[in-house]
Amino acid sequence: MSEIQAWTLVFVVLTFGVYIYVAYASRVSDTAGFYVAGGGIPAPANGAAIAADWMSAASFISMAGLIALTYNGYSGSAFLMGWTGGYVLLAMLLAPYLRKFGKFTVPDFVGDRYNETARLIAVVCAIVVSLTYVVGQMAGVGVVFSRFLAVDTSVGVMIGMAIVFFYAVLGGMKGITWTQVCQYSVLIVAYLIPAVAISTQLTDIPLPQIGFGQILGELEALQSELGFGDYTSALTGSSQLNMFLLTATLMFGTAGLPHVIVRFYTAKSVRAARYSALWALFFIALLYTTAPTVAAFSKFNILQDSSAGTLADQKWFDTWTNAGLVTGLDGGAVTDVNNNGAIDFAGDGANEVLINNDILVLASPEIAGLPAPIVGLVAAGALAAALSTASGLLLVISSSVANDVYHKRINPMADEKKQLVVARISMAVAVLVAGWLGINPPGFAGQVVALAFGLAAASFFPILVLGIFWKKCTAAAAASGMAVGIGITMAYFIWTLPSESAPIFLGNDPIFDIAPTGFGAIGMAVNFIVVIVVSQFTKKPSPVMQALVEEVRYPGRSELVAKHAEGEI
Amino acid sequence: MDEAARRAYWRSNLRLMAVLLAIWALVSFGAGIFFADLLNNIELGGFPLGFWFANQGSILVFLALIAVYVWRMDKLDKSYGIEEDDAEVHHS
Repeated sequence: MSEIQAWTLVFVVLTFGVYIYVAYASRVSDTAGFYVAGGGIPAPANGAAIAADWMSAASFISMAGLIALTYNGYSGSAFLMGWTGGYVLLAMLLAPYLRKFGKFTVPDFVGDRYNETARLIAVVCAIVVSLTYVVGQMAGVGVVFSRFLAVDTSVGVMIGMAIVFFYAVLGGMKGITWTQVCQYSVLIVAYLIPAVAISTQLTDIPLPQIGFGQILGELEALQSELGFGDYTSALTGSSQLNMFLLTATLMFGTAGLPHVIVRFYTAKSVRAARYSALWALFFIALLYTTAPTVAAFSKFNILQDSSAGTLADQKWFDTWTNAGLVTGLDGGAVTDVNNNGAIDFAGDGANEVLINNDILVLASPEIAGLPAPIVGLVAAGALAAALSTASGLLLVISSSVANDVYHKRINPMADEKKQLVVARISMAVAVLVAGWLGINPPGFAGQVVALAFGLAAASFFPILVLGIFWKKCTAAAAASGMAVGIGITMAYFIWTLPSESAPIFLGNDPIFDIAPTGFGAIGMAVNFIVVIVVSQFTKKPSPVMQALVEEVRYPGRSELVAKHAEGEI
Repeated sequence: MDEAARRAYWRSNLRLMAVLLAIWALVSFGAGIFFADLLNNIELGGFPLGFWFANQGSILVFLALIAVYVWRMDKLDKSYGIEEDDAEVHHS
């Protein structure tokens, strides 16, 4: 066992021990505890939990590489703005009002505000979106285990499953929330240390957000020397339009994702829900403003080595060639194709090497010359990011089944104890299904995860916002809006996605050059139009419901909301 | 709160939201995407300004927007005599 593996093992065992202890200490015995942690989480803790829930393996491991390598700098900002801007919408348009309404799940709000048809459509949307998303997380856990500890990917997934199973089934939302607070601490420390070290090394400025301005000029020079496009130039024409659509889709999708919205139900009060959104974005911004600096610094380092002809002499190059994440163009061994005596990483025909996006974060401690314990900490951070997101998603799946299908539709007379048993069983089944899919991911899983935001934006966002801000928005309109929005978005995916990835995709040319990843914003606009038009011609909500919708807009105790809470309305 | 006070409260809330969301759109879609090319002509601390807004600035502005919202709503609640700190109802 290498030194790095030993330290990784130490950190993984240590952090898993903490998660298990926290979960045991916060186990629950009632449904309110299981679904929404009893609604008693203080705002800063809730914010940290939301941040951990939100930042997945993709944010932690892949995003910096996505920006630097796949998107070549500026255009990768769509992810940075998209995955943070949604919180402004959440804080102002949804969180306070949904908290006041006081439900357990998103379909629950839809069912109460509209009708049972709308509830069932919402359950299906919530499960589809969450399940596609969780598969990626489980696979991510397996990948980290196999890379750092040299165990089989399936064994890695099973270890991750066992941990999540333990604290999610035992503690429900309460266990998940407090573990997520710990997971956030682990992942942010693991992310910031290498970034601060690299920034100090290259620029003498310890704050990477300021420091990376110093190297942009040199980076730009290296980019053009090695045949890459400009790192900082803005886009024009249809690529500008697509960047706008992608950013909008990610923003509105964020505000429509059930596993994010449900976190505001765990806040103590409306005021605490607002503060939770503030803390959440603060904790997220720590990582999201650092990610582009890691991207720029690492790319600068790599290009400098490539330009000097010393790329293959770097220690990290060796480590990750062995791990199979740095390869030749054909996916095999790296060779000096043009026989110039050095391995070239370039943006043109001279390129001889493929660098996996994940390298940038995973290798950042080595690039900065940090000792082995830090590498182990980064591995533990990546696991924390994947596990925390997985557990939040699993809770949405289990509560949708146990609360919205079992309790609300099948057996409304079920007592607390019975409901809790059903909730635990559905959680256990959800963990097993997610684990199985993580070990045997469907071929198109990667694409579906990227599209989950489009589906969430096109289905949930319009009907939630209109449900709060427009008293006369009708049930029939909401049901048809959701169905049409998600339908048209899925249809566009099937129409345009490459047919090699799954037989149902048609692989046609995009209409008006609109990339499928950004189509969610258009699906959302269609959803809005359908809801507004259909509302004009269908039966208005009952006077009591209209009064209730009005009531959630005002602060202070409300008789009507309290009565609704006790099930009298 | 009586009917008139409620209407005034809601109007203040909507006005605050409209202003903040307008800034939200101007900074992200405006400065970060549609006017990025133009802003890139200005350089600040090594950053072309359009690139900086897309890469860093918009996130900081989002954070500031929520902070202002939270602060103003607290103030608004207080001016209507609401001190809402106790836990609220929950139900399924």
